[in-house]
Amino acid sequence: MASHYEAPIRRPLVAGEKSYHDVSVDVAAPVEGKANKSWWIVFTIALAAFLWGIGCIIYTISTGIGTWGLNKTVGWAWDITNFVWWVGIGHAGTLISAVLLLFRQKWRMGVNRSAEAMTIFSVIQAGLFPIIHMGRPWLGYWVLPIPNQFGSLWVNFNSPLLWDVFAISTYLSVSLVFWWTGLLPDFAMIRDRAVKPFQKKIYSLLSFGWTGRAKDWQRFEEVSLVLAGLATPLVLSVHTIVSFDFATSVIPGWHTTIFPPYFVAGAIFSGFAMVNTLLIIMRKVCSLEAYITVQHIELMNIVIMITGSIVGVAYITELFIAWYSGVEYEQYAFLNRATGPYWWAYWAMMSCNVFSPQFMWFKKLRTSIMFSFFISIVVNIGMWFERFVIIVTSLHRDYLPSSWTMFSPTFVDIGIFIGTIGFFFVLFLLYARTFPVIAQAEVKTILKSSGERYKKIRDRGDSLVGTGADERTSGEKVKKTKK
Amino acid sequence: MSSNKKYWKSVEELNENSSIVEALKQNEFVEEIPTDEFLGNKSALEGSSTTRRDFLKYVGFSTAAASLAACEGPVIKSIPYVVQPTEIIPGVANYYATTIGDGFDFASILVKTREGRPIKIENNTLAATNGSANARVTASVLGLYDSLRVSGPVKGGEYISWNDFDAETTQKLNDLKNSGKEIVLLTQTFASPSTSKLISEFKEAYGNVRHVAYDAISESAGLDAFQAKYGERGLANYDFEKAATIVSIGADFLGDWQGGGFDSGYSKGRIPQDGKMSRHIQFESNLSLSGANADKRVPLTPSQQKLALAKLYSYVVGSSVSVNLPEAIDEAVRSAASELKRAGSNGVVVTGIQNVNAQTVALEINEFLNSKAFDATTPIKTRQGNDVAVSTLVSDMKAGKVAAIIMSGVNPLYSLPNASDFAEGLQKTELSIAFSMKADETASQTQYIAATPHYLESWGDVEIKKGHYALTQPTIRPLFDTRQFQEALLKWNGNDLSYHDYIKQTWSEGILGDNSFNQALHDGVYVGNISASEIETTVAVEETADTAIAPSGDAARALAASVSTTEGLELVLYTKTGMGDGQQANNPWLQEFPDPITRASWDNYITVSRVDAEELGLINEHVANGALNGSYADVTVNGVTLTVPVIIQPGQAKGSIGLAFGYGRTTGLKSEMQTGVNAYALYNNFNPVQNVTVAAASGTHEFACLQLQNTLMGRGDIIKETTLEIFNTYDKEDEEHGWNKIPKVSFNHEEIPVTSPDANLWDEFDQSIGHHFNLSIDLNACTGCGACVIACHSENNVPVVGKSEVRRSRDMHWLRIDRYYSSEDTFKGDNEKKASATGLIGDEGVKSTLISMETAADNPQVAFQPVMCQHCNHAPCETVCPVAATSHSHQGQNHMAYNRCVGTRYCANNCPYKVRRFNWFLYAQNDEFDYYMNDDLGRMVLNPDVVVRSRGVMEKCSMCIQKTQKTILDAKRDGREVKDDEFQTACSLACSNGAMVFGDGNNKESKVAKLKEDNRMYHLLESVGTKPNVMYQTKVRNTTEA
Repeated sequence: MASHYEAPIRRPLVAGEKSYHDVSVDVAAPVEGKANKSWWIVFTIALAAFLWGIGCIIYTISTGIGTWGLNKTVGWAWDITNFVWWVGIGHAGTLISAVLLLFRQKWRMGVNRSAEAMTIFSVIQAGLFPIIHMGRPWLGYWVLPIPNQFGSLWVNFNSPLLWDVFAISTYLSVSLVFWWTGLLPDFAMIRDRAVKPFQKKIYSLLSFGWTGRAKDWQRFEEVSLVLAGLATPLVLSVHTIVSFDFATSVIPGWHTTIFPPYFVAGAIFSGFAMVNTLLIIMRKVCSLEAYITVQHIELMNIVIMITGSIVGVAYITELFIAWYSGVEYEQYAFLNRATGPYWWAYWAMMSCNVFSPQFMWFKKLRTSIMFSFFISIVVNIGMWFERFVIIVTSLHRDYLPSSWTMFSPTFVDIGIFIGTIGFFFVLFLLYARTFPVIAQAEVKTILKSSGERYKKIRDRGDSLVGTGADERTSGEKVKKTKK
Repeated sequence: MSSNKKYWKSVEELNENSSIVEALKQNEFVEEIPTDEFLGNKSALEGSSTTRRDFLKYVGFSTAAASLAACEGPVIKSIPYVVQPTEIIPGVANYYATTIGDGFDFASILVKTREGRPIKIENNTLAATNGSANARVTASVLGLYDSLRVSGPVKGGEYISWNDFDAETTQKLNDLKNSGKEIVLLTQTFASPSTSKLISEFKEAYGNVRHVAYDAISESAGLDAFQAKYGERGLANYDFEKAATIVSIGADFLGDWQGGGFDSGYSKGRIPQDGKMSRHIQFESNLSLSGANADKRVPLTPSQQKLALAKLYSYVVGSSVSVNLPEAIDEAVRSAASELKRAGSNGVVVTGIQNVNAQTVALEINEFLNSKAFDATTPIKTRQGNDVAVSTLVSDMKAGKVAAIIMSGVNPLYSLPNASDFAEGLQKTELSIAFSMKADETASQTQYIAATPHYLESWGDVEIKKGHYALTQPTIRPLFDTRQFQEALLKWNGNDLSYHDYIKQTWSEGILGDNSFNQALHDGVYVGNISASEIETTVAVEETADTAIAPSGDAARALAASVSTTEGLELVLYTKTGMGDGQQANNPWLQEFPDPITRASWDNYITVSRVDAEELGLINEHVANGALNGSYADVTVNGVTLTVPVIIQPGQAKGSIGLAFGYGRTTGLKSEMQTGVNAYALYNNFNPVQNVTVAAASGTHEFACLQLQNTLMGRGDIIKETTLEIFNTYDKEDEEHGWNKIPKVSFNHEEIPVTSPDANLWDEFDQSIGHHFNLSIDLNACTGCGACVIACHSENNVPVVGKSEVRRSRDMHWLRIDRYYSSEDTFKGDNEKKASATGLIGDEGVKSTLISMETAADNPQVAFQPVMCQHCNHAPCETVCPVAATSHSHQGQNHMAYNRCVGTRYCANNCPYKVRRFNWFLYAQNDEFDYYMNDDLGRMVLNPDVVVRSRGVMEKCSMCIQKTQKTILDAKRDGREVKDDEFQTACSLACSNGAMVFGDGNNKESKVAKLKEDNRMYHLLESVGTKPNVMYQTKVRNTTEA
């Protein structure tokens, strides 16, 4: 009975005619229910990997960095590769929660909770590496500018590694606060639904005594906005500073002014890929297809496509500038990257990061769940290789040919990396079982349940009886009997 | 029988009705114990937090703690001097002049002792002859603290006392004397006047005595030739400083040829002065240090070398010798000859061919040229061995003709090619004694091991060259119950003098004249005129004299005729700079010392030319971590087959292979040091050249190379070089021919020199006040000998990490000598080829050009470059350390505060010179690294002024800050200015070639300040803007092709 013209409206962000109550039930379900078998299997694998990683870390710290594959020429390899990779992954969360909030991109509501969780968990992984890669990690606190009994001994503010310390710790704390703020009403929701006293106690602690008063909501909105404002520059600054580790050095292949934007784009790229990886599984396992829709995945795929292309431009710019600089060391560094002994790493990076996201130009591909998942994994691999290529291929053949050598990882290098993946998934899986994985309070603000439903009933020509429609406003239709 | 005695318990019992007695019968105590009083007060009891159980726990714990505390921990006694020796001041080093003479290395040296411990070997600058310590001599101090030394006389594996040893051996020797049986003394070359005298006295005392001097690596041919020509057993002496044209045919005179020690003179002649420098042409098979330094190098097989020498003779002297040489070689010989003739008396020819005729030819050419560099009047005495005598001895022993053998300083069971014959003969002797520091291959098979002291614990004298004497004096009281060979001879001779007094006597009688012995002892050297005894030098002249042929070209013709055309490969045995003849195989410094040419450590191997390797199917390849792997090859000489790993060696003459002596030791050394194969097994007839068959064998050998990329990749700014002609003709900044241009950078679209303030990102340090240290390294004077590497090791307590760690590219050397091969025939060719590459891909493209440049040419040019921390004034390492553990000093040194280092390795990554070394593991007191830092004895060599670094910290060259600070403090204490040559680093002190000059750049009078202004001066990677305090002097080659 489309008798009148209706302006095209945006596709609904929540599918499946969810009512407010449905949202609460859906979000609380994983928390209130019991873990299924597959959760336990995945959790066990992740835990085993985590424990293996801990074993490797203990071995490293008790024996020495010599247990890794590093040498006099290649002083960093998997350690810092992993560090940058994890930090990069962490970028999507903040971007989604802060930047998209400021830009009023409501689609973020379906994914921001998990994206932020991913951020925090991956920053934890990232933070591990600068500590354990030290020769004497027990003295790691010396990188903090704390008063000490060494006289006027102070940290070196010239060092990008020190900037990293500040950048990463700031990022972690702001992200954590932002995440938690968003969690408060949702924890309160679970608290209110909880029947077991213990659960109730825990969630009321976690929700910081949220009452749902108007004042609470007002403060909530204000804090969210302020934190979003704080976190937005961090999206740019953290990876910029990480890139300074390399950009401020004198090593050909590292000493590159393009690094800050290139690293930030790469970070967003890898972060969105990881969000895709996690959420495509999660929406299935936790039955959240209604909240994390194909539209979400498609939008993230578009971000991946754009940032992937930015990264690609950066790669090509690097090559161009190396040639254009006329500096033979610079030229050799890039020639060696692409054609030297680590050519396979370079071309793995190129194909994963530059070529594979180009498939997302096709709507059919970018709306395919399986393909999106596949590409997200490919991008994750590619971005790991990007860091490996930057770090190892620049170091292994720098200025003096006499010092040229190669790097190959030991089981400890590999073990620690796998361990952090395990740790990440342990955290994420525990999160999925205990936290409201969808920002339900926010999602409820974008439900268009009434309007959509009435429209559909009306389109079908059905009776409005029992829909809660008011006779005084809807008139006759309410009285109509069901067909 | 029961006792009725009643014992009184108290006086109260007198009173029968005493209530107390009654009460005591019922109760233990007379009065009620007031338990209620303290148990009844419930509130007080409950108020106390200490329960009975707690109380018992506390008591138990404190008892246990008290008894534990009473136990003694390990007590380490540190005992102060009760009466301090006047010459020892804690913290102040004493230096003693002494001389090493181990039969292979002879050098006058200074020994640095701290608190009575010798810790370092330095050059004796007072010595006119062999006053420089090479890598092995510098490392020899570690042998003193070898944990496997024999600590007393041993009989049949059991320690005995010297009294028993004396009683038994004297008895036995007298028995043999009485029965007239032969006693043999088989010794190293001592070149010692006192020892010679002692031996002749021993001969007199025991009648039928034969003394055989045995050099593990024989110079017999040279000795025979010299003896035939000049009537004296010695080796011709050369001073290459006086030579303008040097032609060497197979003589590695910068290595161990004729005992070595020629490099400092050579280097002086190589520094261009007044537009002149010496020209060096080398014909050789293996790429040796000499060949690497030559202006022109012609790879020839040993047979071709003989022909070339004969041909050279005919071209120079004029007498015709018919020789068939390929045209190219003939041309090279002819041009060498014409250069020699042009040089006249400024030319010199040396040869290492172990053939009497060849040696004679060289002597004849030099005589003909009237060469200034050639000196037949002061022959070198440090090789006395005679091949025939040794061979005769072995066959006599095998025949059972020798009743007693007393050995000193030799290890024939290791170093003889027919060691099994010797072993058989040894079984047939009635008495066998080995004077040895170790239960080595030979000593472990003798009846007695007479434990000898290290030379740093011994007395001795050496006549290094005729008339050039040197003294050996102990620098420490013997660590073990040892006795040197000469002391034993004195005992056997029935002489009560100590060897010290005996030397004094010999010297005052025949050598010193009126001069003071103490002065000679202080100096360590003495130059006299009178040659000491000639007693010992005339064994077996008769046998050898007839093989040498008188002048007039007969020798050259005989030489040419001796060459038979052989089809197979020729093996050239050589000694390595690190291991020499193999005496010091248990020295981890030397094992880890990279060969200057191949840069491989912990190994010997055959060096094969690329062409031969391809034919034989031998390969070298790099594995995933960059390390080098090589095929094995079966090397067969005369039915003896060794399986040896292969290194494909650029510059190796096609048709020849090289193999180093000194490896393959099996007894008396730690398992880690049992590396390589024993090449002596192929040393038939003491001839280092053997016909050999080589076949690929199965398996892959894992090498530990310190340098994996061998070519310079056309990076001409790393080693700047030019030719003498261009150097003399053009300005260094000349537009077209400039040979030392300062790199340019772009600033505001203009090219400005990198030294301009506009090109500077940083604030300058104020360098004007106080000292500012600079180190200049002259690439012309550096021969790559590596003495500085070991000196640095020794001075700075650099750890040894072992073969597998070196293979992982984790060597710890603070100072390394990079060796580069050219990819084209010359480095200039490299630069040109790189510049001519067009496009990216394709045969002429940059990619394939660069890939082709990774491989060295078949006969490349070679360049050496010592690299240590460059002490940048704008150091990239300093800015990146998060904890400021590395920082700049106002004296120009880049400091490394080990205590502060947390080990991020960022500094090492950001170092363009890659000189920083990380402590990947704990290298001291760790059983995984069982080298010298893992035992109490070995640790005695550590320099107390330099801390031993812990695991997880970065370390690097400090520019010997402990030495510069000491110099400054000494001057301060004395209230004077520091003299120019007072500032030294371990490397500059060790460099006798004058390649390394260290000093205060702020002292405008100093040598280094002048070198800073030298036209040849450049900084390594100057374009990076690091402004190093280390500088290099451009290498000038005396080549005409340019």
